[in-house]
This record gives sequence, structure tokens and C-alpha cells, in this order.
Amino acid sequence: MLSLIVFLPAVAAALLGALPGRLPARMFIGTWIAVALADLALIVTAWARLPAATGPSGYQFEERLAWIPSAGISYHLGVDGLSLPLLAMTGVLFLACAVFALRETRRVKAYVLLFLALQTVCLGLFVALDLILFFLFFDLSIVLMYFVIAGWGHGERARATALKFFLYTFLGSLALLLGFILLFLAARPHTFDIVELTAANPLVAGGPYAGLALLAIGVGLAVKTPTVPFHTWLPPAHTEAPATGSAILAGVLLKMGTYGFVRIAMPLLPASWRQYALVVLLIGVVSVVYGALVALAQTNLKRMIAYTSVNHMGYVLVGVGAAGLLAAGDVQARTLATTGALVQMVSHGLITGALFLLAGVLYDRGRTYDFAAWSGLAARTPRFAALFAIAAFASLGLPGFSGFIAEFQIFTGSLPAAPVPVAIAVTGILITAALFLVALQRLFLGPWRAPDAPGAPRPLADLRPSELVAIAPLLALATLIGLAPRFLLDLVEPAAAAVNALVTR
Amino acid sequence: MNEDPGALVPELALLGAAVLGLLTGSWLPRHRQWIVAALAALACVAGIIATAVVYTRPTETVFGSYAIDPITNATRLIVLVATLLAVCASVDAARGQRRETEYWVLLLLGALGAVLMAGATDLLLLFATFLLASIPLYALVGWSATSPGTEAAMKYYLSGAFAGVAMISGATLLYAAGHVTAYADLRENLTTAAADGRSLPALAAVGLVAVLAGLAFKAGAVPAQFWVPDVSDGTPAPVAGIVTTIPKIGALVAIYRLLTQAIPAQVINWPLIVAILAAASMTLGNLAAFFQTSVQRLLGYSAISQVGYVLMAAAVAARTPQAGPALLLYLAAYAITNLGAFAVAAAVTTPDGPARTLDDYRGLARRRPVLAGALVVCLLGLVGTPPTAVFFGKLAVFTAAIDGAMAWLAVLAIVNTVASLFYYLRWIAPLFTTAPSPASPLENHGLGRHWATGAAVAAALATVIIGVGAQALWGLLTTAS
Repeated sequence: MLSLIVFLPAVAAALLGALPGRLPARMFIGTWIAVALADLALIVTAWARLPAATGPSGYQFEERLAWIPSAGISYHLGVDGLSLPLLAMTGVLFLACAVFALRETRRVKAYVLLFLALQTVCLGLFVALDLILFFLFFDLSIVLMYFVIAGWGHGERARATALKFFLYTFLGSLALLLGFILLFLAARPHTFDIVELTAANPLVAGGPYAGLALLAIGVGLAVKTPTVPFHTWLPPAHTEAPATGSAILAGVLLKMGTYGFVRIAMPLLPASWRQYALVVLLIGVVSVVYGALVALAQTNLKRMIAYTSVNHMGYVLVGVGAAGLLAAGDVQARTLATTGALVQMVSHGLITGALFLLAGVLYDRGRTYDFAAWSGLAARTPRFAALFAIAAFASLGLPGFSGFIAEFQIFTGSLPAAPVPVAIAVTGILITAALFLVALQRLFLGPWRAPDAPGAPRPLADLRPSELVAIAPLLALATLIGLAPRFLLDLVEPAAAAVNALVTR
Repeated sequence: MNEDPGALVPELALLGAAVLGLLTGSWLPRHRQWIVAALAALACVAGIIATAVVYTRPTETVFGSYAIDPITNATRLIVLVATLLAVCASVDAARGQRRETEYWVLLLLGALGAVLMAGATDLLLLFATFLLASIPLYALVGWSATSPGTEAAMKYYLSGAFAGVAMISGATLLYAAGHVTAYADLRENLTTAAADGRSLPALAAVGLVAVLAGLAFKAGAVPAQFWVPDVSDGTPAPVAGIVTTIPKIGALVAIYRLLTQAIPAQVINWPLIVAILAAASMTLGNLAAFFQTSVQRLLGYSAISQVGYVLMAAAVAARTPQAGPALLLYLAAYAITNLGAFAVAAAVTTPDGPARTLDDYRGLARRRPVLAGALVVCLLGLVGTPPTAVFFGKLAVFTAAIDGAMAWLAVLAIVNTVASLFYYLRWIAPLFTTAPSPASPLENHGLGRHWATGAAVAAALATVIIGVGAQALWGLLTTAS
């Protein structure tokens, strides 16, 4: 089941690859949409059948094949409450991108193949239960995203940015590999299997060796997340990437970092995690505040959204850090904090994905993200303005949207752990609220102004149907989670409690 | 003494094909000299089959100083497969040339020298095989008889002569310190001498460093790496691929065997010496590769840095049982991937002849999508992207280094890997440029280099298949140590 979910897009890509590139672009994108839809249907089926299919280790739909047994590597897949929501979010986001891509005209075949491969890689990462398999998907996501940015980004500058992105995140991934090797060597018998490592718990005692492993893994994941001070690759990468690339990069690829914390760092290095939880929490707080402040200062819409991602990922770190600090304390609080962090991942994926697609619409119309070039859009493009406003309010954490559920839980859970830093982090919400309101005001209110094509001013088109169909469901889902979060929380809460139980060992 | 020539079938196949090829080639008209190429390929296939048949046989030593153990068998396989690939990659460049027969014969002799180096368990035999692995390749480098080729051959020959002198002096010093040249006895004598307090550790250490310098020449490692960029830039791409790959396999296995079987680590601290060579090789190679514009020179420097990763495994050879398989796995993966990259360089042409600069590759993805795909796979493979073979090689080498208490070396290797990504990407990026520079028109000028293309695609596929099916190779190599 999981293999099918993961490799369906790759198989589709292989089949499409055999077709000649001169076929109509619609055919390729149509296939992509169909595949994304089918894949999402499979994920939803898996979600629906979940309670019936419990595996022996708490993971469901487990699949395990020997891959390189002499090196302790296996092809091991499985889902639980941590990964299934992210899996579903990935499926939704790729479907949205497929619909949004209907307007793509440049080298469509290669574009679709690349995104289908990327989809396989992203889905695979969230269900991988072997460190090397995880690393494989982690690394390939970087390679494929490099080609997306370099090939379909905005002009010549995109190449340099893509190179920076590749080098920077590749360094992170190799640090991660170093940490994995340390974990591998610590276990007897040596293994890369996450389930076996969790059970054996070789580094339960902590100590400098475990600390180094956590440092290597932490740096690797922090680059990907990204947190301050490893975030500098993110804003340029987002600014130069195409809209769909940005949406996937922010929505899915960043989650690989935070997911790594809950899937690998916390359960496998419990003692060190507890020991250094305060550091994690403080890095989270710094990311929250710094990300928000820098976002406030941006004059480029896409850079601003990119920095709010740093801010939002900071909340996740606050949540997981607090869970480590509270390991000896309040069970309810730490479950709340971890649950909030997990919901935040899903919520950020949906909302920021929508924001980046909306930014892409703006770029499509005027070839610029500059705030100064746009004004008074509300009157001419009401649908665009409405959706953007909803996305902005959702992103700033207004009650009724998923962001509120997530951030409320994180703060409530974390406050007992470290009251002062968490109180500082709360100001991040205020700053985010301010910056989104300023952005709304600059773009939508005031006198009408839009960048002109050379010569006559062009009529500015509102959201086209395909764009609307791509973006609106993302926001609808964010609202659904905001209003009726139980369907998600029922899945996430037990998983969060289980992770915390592993951390307290 | 065991003097069973039947144990040497793969070596004899190479030698026989070389001799037979030289004789028949002298009488064949030029358009039929492909028969010698077929003979060379046949010898490789025969050697591979013969090795596979005896692979699980127990270890034996023939003619007093040539070990036929799993390490030799693994080396035979790697060298023979690499030679086969090199034959395919060379067909287009050698076909119809005046000295075609010589090309194949020299290649076979060079491959034979590489295999023999790996099996030698005596310093004198090691030196003889060193010469056998070197002299045919000097001639091969000068084979094209162009002026850069001649210059490269001269440089290669002079460095080689110097390295040979260093090596034989080193062997002499080791003989003075240990009174024998056979590895096992040398080890015993050095150990007892150290235990009795009458050893001359400095003498033995200098001797060892000198022998290592000679082997480093063959491997293209620091401190004897200066010939690598000139030779790989000045020769046709297939030749460059051969000299940066095939002797390297033999030399690194020879280093591994020498260190583990002849030199006790408690007498000479060779792990540190080798670690320093490894660190220097990977770093210097990478730094020099950064801003190269010639693809073959870039691959030459990349070859220097790649040796550094393999030497990591040699550095921890005495400390962890994983070092041996890691070294062989990396060599196998590297040999195929590197030959694949050189095969692409051999297959891509411009109107003025073979493509040499990064700019000549602009727009290749549109012109030759399959070839561009093969190049991307091979280059990302050299970086160590999963699931290619080199990734598992790197994984094994890093694991061995950390397990052998040389984590600093693994960290340095990781930093170097990231740095290497930079120059490999400088080659990948132009492939996808849509607007080619006017200097390199898009048309492929009818120089159908099908064999080189085939070799490149085969290498790219092999690197992925070996990666995904790493268990098979890993199992094969784990028995090898």
C-alpha cells in the first residue's frame, strides 16, 4: 500500500518519459493531475482504514524488505500519527501544484517528470523507517529541487541561487549522514533501522558521543528546517524559484527538517534531547522573533513569506524543545506542545503553500514581487484579494484557522517549560500580524497601481479558474482544521504522546 | 612451493590476449584491427568468468609471492570490468587509427600490471608489477602523438621514473630494517625487532613512506599527483579515463595489502601517515578543481580528491574489519562512475573535434538527452548522491573511518564532498542552458560516437543498479577481507 503511494508518481514519470516531448502540454499536466488525485485517494483510503491495520511496532501498513542486510539497511516503510498527516498534506499540496501548473508553458514534459519524481521523494521520506532510506529521499529532494529552481526559476540569477541552495542544504544532509553513522555504530548489532534503533535505544545514557550525534543530526535538520542561523539559503531560493517550486519547498521540504526532529532526533537520542532541549527551544524562540522582524522589513512579497516560514518553523522548535524540557514534568503540557508542533507542520504546509501560489499569480501578472509596484488591487481583482486575505489571516494565527490551533497548543504546552522565552516568542505572533496587515494594506488598498508592460497598460486579470481550484482547497482545509480539528488531533495526539514517552525513557 | 599456473587464468588471459593481439595486429590491415579490440574484450570476459569460478576457493599463494585471496579476486573483477568498459569507451577514438593494435595491447598490459600489483606479497614483486603497470601506460598516454599528448607522456614518464626510484629505495630501506622482502616475514621481523628493542623505526618509516610515494604515483594521490591534471587534459578522453582509473585500483589495493600484511602499526604509526595523505589528496584535489574550465582537467583533479576518500579506508585498515570491504566497494563504484564520466567526454563532440571545455557542453540536454542524463548520473554519482554506487562506497568508508577512531577525517571528507559538489555542478549547469553560445553550434557533426555513448549509458545504469543492488556487491566484497 505504502509502496504504491510512494512510487505511483515515479512509475507515472517513467511512463511519461517514454512519450515524445512534442505532445500537447495539457496531456502531461493532465496525467500529473490524475496521478496526484489517485495518490491522494490512496492516502485518504489509508487514513480511513488506519485503525484496522495496526502493525506490530505501532506503525501501520508496514513493509519491510531486506535491502543491504550486511550493512544493516532495509527497505522499511510504515506510517503512524506523526507521518500520516504530513503524507496527506504532501498529497494535497502536490495536487494543488499540478492544477496550478496548467498555466505552465516552458518545457512542460521535463517539468512534470521532475515534479512527479519530487512527489515520490517527498512521500517516501515521510514513510521511511530506515535511516538510509530517509537519507536517500532527503538527498534526492535537494537534487530535484535544485533542478526545479535552476530550470524554471526567474532567469539567470536563479542558477546562482539554486547552486547556493544545493551546496548549503547538501552540507546539512551530509551532517545528517554523519549523525546517522554515529547512531549506526552505537547500536549492537549495527543497524540503520529506526524501529530497531528505537527499541534498542543504544544511546539511552547520553554522554558526549550521543551529544555529538545529536549535534550532527540537529545541524543537518536545522539547515533543512531552516532555523536561525542556518536560514540564509531560504529567502533567495524562494524568491528565485517558480511558484509551484516555492510551494513545495516551503510546504513539504521544510517539514522534512522538523519531521526529522520528531521521528529521529527525539526517539533515538532521548537523553541528549532532554539535556539540550533548552538550546532547541531557545533557537526556536530566536527563529520566531528574528524571522518575524526580518519579514516585517521586506519590500518583496515572496521574501516576506519566506521569512514568515522561518518564523513558523521556529514555533515547531519551541514545541519540541519544550517537550524535552518537560520530560520529567507535566504529561499533558508536553503532549500539548508536541501535538501543536505537529499540527503546525501541517498547517504551515497548507497555508504557506497557498500564499506562495498566490504570490506566483502576482508574478505572472506583473513580473515583480515588489510591494512598491502594486497597490489598490482589491477593486480590480476581488477573488485574488479575498483569497490572499484569508491566507494572510490564517498565517498570522487568527482563531478559526489551523494556525491558531497549532500555535495555541504550542504556547499553552510550552509556557510551563520556560515561561520567559515562550513569552518572548508570543510577540512573534504580534509582529506576524502586523506584517501581514501591512502587506494587505500595501497590496490591496490605496490608489490603483500595477506594473505596466512596456507601452500600453495591460488589463490585470483576476484569478483564473485553474488558479482558484488550486488554491481555494488549501485554504478550505486550513479552515476545516481550524474549526473542527478533532479528525486531525485524534490521529496526532496519541502519536505525540508516544514520542514523548520515548523521550522520557 | 605452489607453482600452479592454472590459478592465474585471468592474468594469463590478459597476457595471452596482449601477445596474440600484438602478433595478429602486425599482420592485420588497418580496417580489420578491430579484431584485436574484440580479443581484448574477450580476454576481459574470460578473466571475469574464470575469477567468478574460483571466487570462493580458499586462499593460496602461488610462485612464492603472489596471493590469490578474496582481495585479489575482487580486484581482478573490478579491474576486468573497468577494462571492459574502457574498451567500449575507446572504440570510437582508436578505430581506424594507425596504431590501433598498440592501443589495445597497451591497455591490456596496463590492466595486467594493475591486477598483479594487487596480489603481490613481496616488495620486489610489487616493484616489478609497478613497472608493468606503468610502462605500457606511459606509451598509451603518448599514443595519440599530438603535442599535448607527447608533453603529457613526458611528464607522466618523468614522474613515474622518479616515483620508481623512490619506491625501490624505500624497498631497500625496508629490507635493511626487516631483512626480508616478503610481507609476512617482514611483519614478523619488524615486530620482533621492535620487541627486542633493536629496531630502527625511523629507517622503516622512511622506507615505508618512500614505497607509499611510489604507489601514490600510480594512484594519483598526494604527494605524487602532479602528473594527473596534465595527463588527463592532454590525452584523448578514454585514455585519460584509463590512466586515472585502472592503475589506481591496483595501487590502492597494493597499499592496503602492504599496510595490513607487512607493516605492524605498533612499530610505525602508518594510520596517521595514510590519514594525512588522504586528507591532503582530497583537499588539494578539490581546491584545484574549483575553477577549471577544461572538463578533463576537472575530472583529473576530481580523481585526485577521490583517491583521498579511498585512502581513508586504508588509514583505518588495522583498526576496523569494515575497512577492507569499504575500500573495495569504493574502488568498484568509483571505477565505473569515473569511466562513465570520461566516456561522456569521449562521446561529446564539437565541430572542431572532441568537446574539451565546459562551454562545449552548453545545451547538451537538448541535443543528446540520453548522454546528458548519463553525465548527470555519473557526476552526481561522483558526489555521492544516493542511490548511486559511490554513495554506498562513501557510506562504507565514512563508517569505517568513524569506527576506526578517525572521525576528524570523516568530517573533513564531508566538507570536501560539499566542496566537490560545486565544481561538478559547474559542469552540470551548462547542460541545461537553452541558448548555446555562438562558439558551440548545436549540431552534432555526424561523428556518431556510439560506442562511447553506449559505454557512458552502461556506466550510468551500472552505477545506479549497483547502488540499488549494493547487497550483492557488498556481500561479494565482505567475503574479501
